[in-house]
Amino acid sequence: MRAVVTVIGKDAVGILAKVSTECANYNANVIEVTQSVIEELFAMIMLVDISKLNIDFAEMADKLSKKGEEEWGLKVIVMHEDIFNCMHHI
Amino acid sequence: MINQYDILETIRMIQDDCLDIRTITMGISLLDCIDPDIDKACKKVYDKITCKAKDLVSVGEQIEKELGIPIINKRISVTPIAMISAACKCSPVPFAKAMDEAAKSVGVNLIGGYSALVQKGFSEGDLELIESIPEALACTERVCSSVNVGSTKTGINLDACRIMGRIIKEAAEKTVDKQCFGAAKLVVFCNAVDDNPFMAGAFHGVGEPDCMINVGVSGPGVVRAALKKYPDADITKIADVIKTISYKITRVGQLVGMMASKRLGVEFGIVDLSLAPTPAVGDSVAHILEEIGLEQCGTHGTTACLALLNDAVKKGGVMACSRIGGLSGAFIPVSEDAGMIDAAVAGTLSIEKLEAMTAVCSVGLDMIVVPGDTEPDTLAAIIADEAAIGMVNTKTTAVRIIPAIGMKEGEELDWGGLFGKGPVMPLRTKSPSRFINRGGQIPAPLHSLKN
Repeated sequence: MRAVVTVIGKDAVGILAKVSTECANYNANVIEVTQSVIEELFAMIMLVDISKLNIDFAEMADKLSKKGEEEWGLKVIVMHEDIFNCMHHI
Repeated sequence: MINQYDILETIRMIQDDCLDIRTITMGISLLDCIDPDIDKACKKVYDKITCKAKDLVSVGEQIEKELGIPIINKRISVTPIAMISAACKCSPVPFAKAMDEAAKSVGVNLIGGYSALVQKGFSEGDLELIESIPEALACTERVCSSVNVGSTKTGINLDACRIMGRIIKEAAEKTVDKQCFGAAKLVVFCNAVDDNPFMAGAFHGVGEPDCMINVGVSGPGVVRAALKKYPDADITKIADVIKTISYKITRVGQLVGMMASKRLGVEFGIVDLSLAPTPAVGDSVAHILEEIGLEQCGTHGTTACLALLNDAVKKGGVMACSRIGGLSGAFIPVSEDAGMIDAAVAGTLSIEKLEAMTAVCSVGLDMIVVPGDTEPDTLAAIIADEAAIGMVNTKTTAVRIIPAIGMKEGEELDWGGLFGKGPVMPLRTKSPSRFINRGGQIPAPLHSLKN
């Protein structure tokens, strides 16, 4: 089971570190990362393995987006990979 | 890895263009609750609903969080109550109260099925239920009611049209203090479907299994955003763009339905391929028609654009899910669609144009506010007109019309939330009474000699 973590916001030092540390706290294993900075806008997409999470997946999704909004000033969206697979593959 | 453009597209559809799953509706059969003792029957109804649907809301919320897509409504539809209440031989209002209590207990915002199917005539139980509708809708909060008055196979029960004209008026009068909201929870159908997940017309047909999950998708905002990228494309291309986006929207509906069905241990029924608007900015079917190239919805060309939209949505959606059903098509509820409200206020959208539009889309004259002094026979004639369109075209049509008691053209009813607000729209004032009071059955139409 895998999920996609998307982070969007103003570029700053250490975003990748912060998000991946938080993922590690929930035992979510980062499998792949792509990131780009276009005109100071930071966009990162992480694929994480959620099969061995130490909390409920919905709860992790909630906590990450809350942390993003309140502490990091970033939009963090966590979604199960199924939604992308079903929408974009026949 | 999943293509990052695909990921960003999905996120944009949800975050910016109001993509959502409009409803997960659990259909529950109440046939095993029949009992001549009304108290016992109501207890069975309450117990069955609260038992089957106890996890519906929590499962819906969990899926919502995991997939990151809003699931706006979790609802319940039940067997038409007239079939259950007939054995009791008394007013079926206690059933409405039991449904309301059950809906509150499991946390769903609407429950449908306070219904009767009278397309070919009435049983005693049907008449008792129909007569009790105004009271049932006034004394409950979440119960929705519907009556099927015609079908392509049976023709139209004109007596039922006449009675429903009066019942709609009474439902509005009994809820004057709540902006005549009773009438907004009452739908009169021709060719009603058994597996409709959308309110207020949902009920659980007798041919359906004991319990099942149906899903209604939405996404007018997404369709409009997709069309925005093609300001100069020809109309064939426009149809293709709608098909592609509709496929994507419907795939999510299929996924959500499968997840919900698995987690609730209930069979998955159908996906209803509908474009259901909300009054929110960017979630309007009227705005799609305007994006195709109309200055305002309701002007000449509206029917053609809507026919294309409706057909393309179905073509895209059909391949995206395993079973399709319900109403499946673009909805055009006036009060629930920001663009429709504007068009009605501006006078561009008239009730006659809406009637023409219902011939090419789902479902009918929906959420239309009319003057409070409209005669019941005029409401009955509107129902008969709309039912005739459904009957002849072998499609579902419906009337959900709200007489704004004490109000005239230029004023408006405002319910807020998903129900929105609607201006009072003018009607013809010449009387159809002699026609309506003839009563009887309009015979079923011929389906050969098509020329």
